[in-house]
Amino acid sequence: MSTADLPVLRNAAIEPLNPIRDIRDLAQYWNLIANLVQRDLTVRYKRSVFGFLWTMLNPLLLMIILTVVFSTMFRFEGIEHYPTYFLSEYLVFGFFAQTTVQSMTSLSWHGSLMKRVRVPKSIFAVSTTLSGLANLCLAYVPLFLIMIATGSPIRWTVLFLPVAFLIIAAFALGVSLLLSALAIYFEDVSHMYQVATIGLMYMTPIIYPISIVPYKWLWLIRINPLTHLFKLARDPVYLGTLPGLHVVGASVASAAIALVVGWVVFHRLARGFYLHL
Amino acid sequence: MGEPAIEFRDVSLRYRLAAERGIVTLKEWVIRRLTTGMSYQELVALSRVSFAIQPGRALGIVGHNGAGKSTLLRIAGGILAPTEGEAIVRGRIAPIIELGLGFEGELSGRENIFFNGALLGRSRLEMQRRFDEIVDFSELGDFIEQPIRTYSTGMVARLAFAIATTVDAHILLLDEVMSVGDEHFRRKCQARIDSFRRAGVTIVVVSHDLAAVEALCDDGIWLEHGYIREGGLARDVVPAYRASMEQANADPGVGGTVRPAAP
Repeated sequence: MSTADLPVLRNAAIEPLNPIRDIRDLAQYWNLIANLVQRDLTVRYKRSVFGFLWTMLNPLLLMIILTVVFSTMFRFEGIEHYPTYFLSEYLVFGFFAQTTVQSMTSLSWHGSLMKRVRVPKSIFAVSTTLSGLANLCLAYVPLFLIMIATGSPIRWTVLFLPVAFLIIAAFALGVSLLLSALAIYFEDVSHMYQVATIGLMYMTPIIYPISIVPYKWLWLIRINPLTHLFKLARDPVYLGTLPGLHVVGASVASAAIALVVGWVVFHRLARGFYLHL
Repeated sequence: MGEPAIEFRDVSLRYRLAAERGIVTLKEWVIRRLTTGMSYQELVALSRVSFAIQPGRALGIVGHNGAGKSTLLRIAGGILAPTEGEAIVRGRIAPIIELGLGFEGELSGRENIFFNGALLGRSRLEMQRRFDEIVDFSELGDFIEQPIRTYSTGMVARLAFAIATTVDAHILLLDEVMSVGDEHFRRKCQARIDSFRRAGVTIVVVSHDLAAVEALCDDGIWLEHGYIREGGLARDVVPAYRASMEQANADPGVGGTVRPAAP
C-alpha cells in the first residue's frame, strides 16, 4: 500500500487557524450535512399532512393579529401596506433568532455523538443555518400571497432576495458558532440569549418605523447590525428598490466580522468541548 | 519501511478537574475571575506517550480501568485533542469506539445505515454500493425495514459492526467490541478482523480479553496511570501485564496498582 496519497490526520496540541482545512473538512462531510438538514425538515413537516401548511399559516395568523393591533390600537403614521412592511423584516428576524437558538441546542444535543465519533464540530451550526434558510424560503410564499391579497405591489427587485438571504445567513452562522461554543461551557448563555432576542427585536425597526425613534436613541438603532441586515430584505420587497450601497456595505462588513469572530472563538473553544459535553 | 500508520509523539492529556467542572455559568466564571482567581486540580489521563506502528500491524493496548486506554484510542481517532504533543494517523480510519452509536430508534435499519455512514464521513453512493453487504453481514433480513427500537441487543450490535467494518479503511480502531454479542457473532467479528489483517489494515485494539489481544496483535502497549509501563511485542507485553495483575490479586496490599474505575 502506498502511503503517499493517504489522508493524514494530524491531531496536535497546538492547532493553527486554517480556514481552508476547516472548509475542506466540512466539504468532506457534505453527506452528513445533507442528512442533518433533511432530518430537521422532515421532523418539522412530516409530523402531519398539514406540516407545510402550518408553516405558512403561522405568519398568516400572526399577520392578522398584528394588523388588528397596529391598525386599530397603535397606529404608525405613514406606513402604507403595513402587513408587507412588518413581514418583510419579521421573517428574516425569525430566521436569525431561530437559527442562533437552535444551533446552541443542536450542538449540545449531539454532544454524546461528538464524544464517540470524529465529525467537524461546526457541522451543527452549518446544518441548522441551512435548514433555517430552507424554512425562510418557504415562509415567503404566504408573504407574497398576502401582498397580492392586500394590493401591495411586487416588483422585480425581489430578485435581490437570494443575495440578501446569503448575507444574513452568513451573519447568522457567525453568531451561531460563537454562541453555541459559549453555551457548551456556560449553561446560562442560552437562557440569557433567549431574553436577549426579545430585546434585539425591539432594538430593530421591525414592528415600528424608524421615524418614531427619539433622536437620543437613534444611535442605538444605527449601531445595531440587524437594522442594516434586515433592510436588505425589506427594501426590495416593501419599497421595491435595491438597498443602498451603504446598507449593503454595512451588512457585508457585519457578516464578515461575525463569521471571523465566531469561527475563531469556536475553533479555540472546540478543543475543550469533550470535557464539558 | 515507509512512514508509520500511527505515530504518537510525546502525547499528553491533562485536564483541570474540580475547579473547571464546578463552574457552569458565565456569571460564576466572571465572579471567580474578578475575585479569587481559579484554582485547578490537574488530572493526567495520558503522559508523554510515544510510539509508532507500521502499516498492516495490529497493536493491542492493555492496562487497568482508567489507565488511559480509551483516551489513547480517542486521540488516535481524532475525537479528543491532546494537550501536549501530536498524534499523526495516515490513512482512512474506521472507528468503532462504541457500537450502536448515533442510531435512532424511530428510524428503520435502512435509514440508520445511511445516517450512520454519513456520520462516519462516507458518501451516499458508497453506502448504496455497500448496502447489501452490510445487510448480509448483519443477518437482519426483512427486519432492515423495521424501526431499530424493535431490534434485540444482538441485532443492534451486528448492524453497528457491519456498518463500521464494511468500508475501505486503512486503520481500524476497536474498543472492547469483541466482548459483545453471542458466540456466533463473536466468531463472525473475528473472521472479519482476520480478513482486515490479511488485507494489510492497521488495527488498534483496546480490550480486557488478554487472550484475544495476544492472539490478534503483533505489538502491545501496557498503560499504567497514563504512562507506557511497557511496550514491545504483544507476546512479551501481555504476559508481563498478566503476571503483574496476578501478583496484585494475590497480594493486594503490596501491588497497589489496582485503581478504582475512572468515570
